[in-house]
Amino acid sequence: MIDNPKITDPEKEKRKIKCVKKMKEIMTSYYIDAKTAVQNNKKVAWITSGGPVEPLIAMDIIPVYPENHGAMIGAGKMGADLCSKAEDMGYSRDLCSYARADIAASPINGGPIGGLPKPDMLVCSNNICGTVVKWYEIQARYYNVPLFIFDTPFIHSEPSPEALKYVKRQMGEYITFLEEHSGRSLNHDRMKEAGILAIRAQNLWQEILDTAANRPAPMTAFDAFFHLALIVTLRGTSTVVDYYTELLAELKERISLGIGMVPEEKYRLLWDNLPVWYRTRWLSDKLSSHRASLVADTYTSAWCGTTHLYDENNILESMAVAYSSVYLNISIDRMYEIIRGMIFKYGINGMIMHSNRSCKPYSFGQYDLQKMIMKNLKIPVLIIEADMVDERAFSESQTETRIDAFMETLASG
Amino acid sequence: MITAGIDIGSITTKAAILRDGEILGTRVGFTGYNAGSAGTAVYLGLMKELGLDESSVKAIVSTGYGRNSVKFATKAVTEITCHAAGAHLLSPGIKSIIDIGGQDSKAILLGPDGRVRDFAMNDKCAAGTGRFLEVMARALEIDLDEFGEASLKSDTPAVISSICTVFAESEVISLISRGDSRENIIAGIHESVASRVTALARRVNIADPVMMTGGVAKNIGLVTALEKKLNMKLIISEHAQVNGAIGAAQIAAGIVV
Ligand code: SF4
Repeated sequence: MIDNPKITDPEKEKRKIKCVKKMKEIMTSYYIDAKTAVQNNKKVAWITSGGPVEPLIAMDIIPVYPENHGAMIGAGKMGADLCSKAEDMGYSRDLCSYARADIAASPINGGPIGGLPKPDMLVCSNNICGTVVKWYEIQARYYNVPLFIFDTPFIHSEPSPEALKYVKRQMGEYITFLEEHSGRSLNHDRMKEAGILAIRAQNLWQEILDTAANRPAPMTAFDAFFHLALIVTLRGTSTVVDYYTELLAELKERISLGIGMVPEEKYRLLWDNLPVWYRTRWLSDKLSSHRASLVADTYTSAWCGTTHLYDENNILESMAVAYSSVYLNISIDRMYEIIRGMIFKYGINGMIMHSNRSCKPYSFGQYDLQKMIMKNLKIPVLIIEADMVDERAFSESQTETRIDAFMETLASG
Repeated sequence: MITAGIDIGSITTKAAILRDGEILGTRVGFTGYNAGSAGTAVYLGLMKELGLDESSVKAIVSTGYGRNSVKFATKAVTEITCHAAGAHLLSPGIKSIIDIGGQDSKAILLGPDGRVRDFAMNDKCAAGTGRFLEVMARALEIDLDEFGEASLKSDTPAVISSICTVFAESEVISLISRGDSRENIIAGIHESVASRVTALARRVNIADPVMMTGGVAKNIGLVTALEKKLNMKLIISEHAQVNGAIGAAQIAAGIVV
């Protein structure tokens, strides 16, 4: 657009993160392993993104994440089609688009990788939402496989001793479930090893995200959205630790060379909620044209917000507590505190909240948070409406006007 | 110095020419299918009417939904910023603006210098926008221009959902078949739009004096409903419909180097 003269960067290549190629290879081989699990006599468990995965890793069960698959479907612009197929099956359009896309993909092996491998068991934690419980029940019936539900009471202020006891107790039940359905027993040393690797990966992930506190930011939230797949899917393995170590080194090098992701970065923005997967490129270009760098987000940081709760000497129980304390399982007041911390840490000028039609637990309360942030922290907050996977819930011209107007206001202020 | 503003909305296209803050002329036309050519046509029509030569115009700012389709514009700026600049020029003391456009309604809070301090826009649904009124006029088979006067004759306004355009349309159809008077239905429609827009206004804490801009400001029935809901008087300039274009031309004056 004329308002935002395109800043052409002859060194565009220089701005690209080089590790990306390797990351793609890792994800490809992960999905090949998962899809050939039967041939290799391995079991597959589908698990929610905030589910306790470490015991699976320790027991050589391959974890598969329908939500990550949902993100791939969204990024591949296959969301609207699969969502409407789910609607044809009788599911409401109001249902989360990850759930709709997954349910519709199952019978037709739909999506960019020809469907997920059939699960041997399902593991669902309701620490992210209530939707996943029904979604996994549906899939448990469809595939006729056992389902374990890890129930995490919502944390309003502090978790009660009863709640802590309750979630810790479930870890034992979870292990019994896995042993029963995989025919293997848990090796506690391997469990500890997986736990320690998961903690290391999460700490590294935090360090990676923190590099964006530098000016200019060597990476943006768009890069975090992309690299998130590893901490989600391979948490607890050395693969993630190795890759993130390499990525961190590259980012540190960029900092020392002064390479920013957004040319002539001027404004630093914070993102709330899941990405609009089918429009990340568009949004990234749009913000760059305003010299705005999306330096942080509440979403990708959710995978490293609870590392302080882990205890290496009591992995199982401390893990239960950590999984109960994730971002979507806490009150608005606690979310506000986290956002406030990020605003200071990353030097934020403005915030964009994605009011996501799919994700109710994430979107509910955004207007209150907006008010709190604007009033207490004097940071302007824009709310845009979309959906992470279902393109039918996105209007480009409406979103563009809101973002342009927001940036004009920020620039004149 | 002469500058121009072109505001391409989803329904109408407006142009304004200013000389040092003084309005030389304005023009309105339909946008139609091709936003870019509508912008050119309305602009050139106005230039001709004023007997001005294109070379005399020092800068042009385009705004509105079609802002990026005016290839000869010096700069594109959103309608939020332009409405603020326009209102500030027309009436420097204005603190807030309510603008109901074809696709979007907005509430804007201004700083003392006429800059935008905060704004809120409708969510994705067309409820509470000009398009909503158009849909309703069609269902009622009455010209939109007659809406305002008609609703003033209502005795008991109908109750119509403010949540969704499609719901509201089917409600209107059932009211018609129930035999409710047109006047009461139209008054109900205005109240529905007014409550949507009032919610937006509350979100930015709008402050007096409030100006209403956009073509819908000509609708006396809606203005009355809004004033009642907001409990505030709305200032309506004779240039309400072309306020965005005027603001664009004013911003153009500021970018000439
Ligand atoms: S509702 Fe939200 S948290 Fe739950 S599965 Fe969907 S996107 Fe994830």
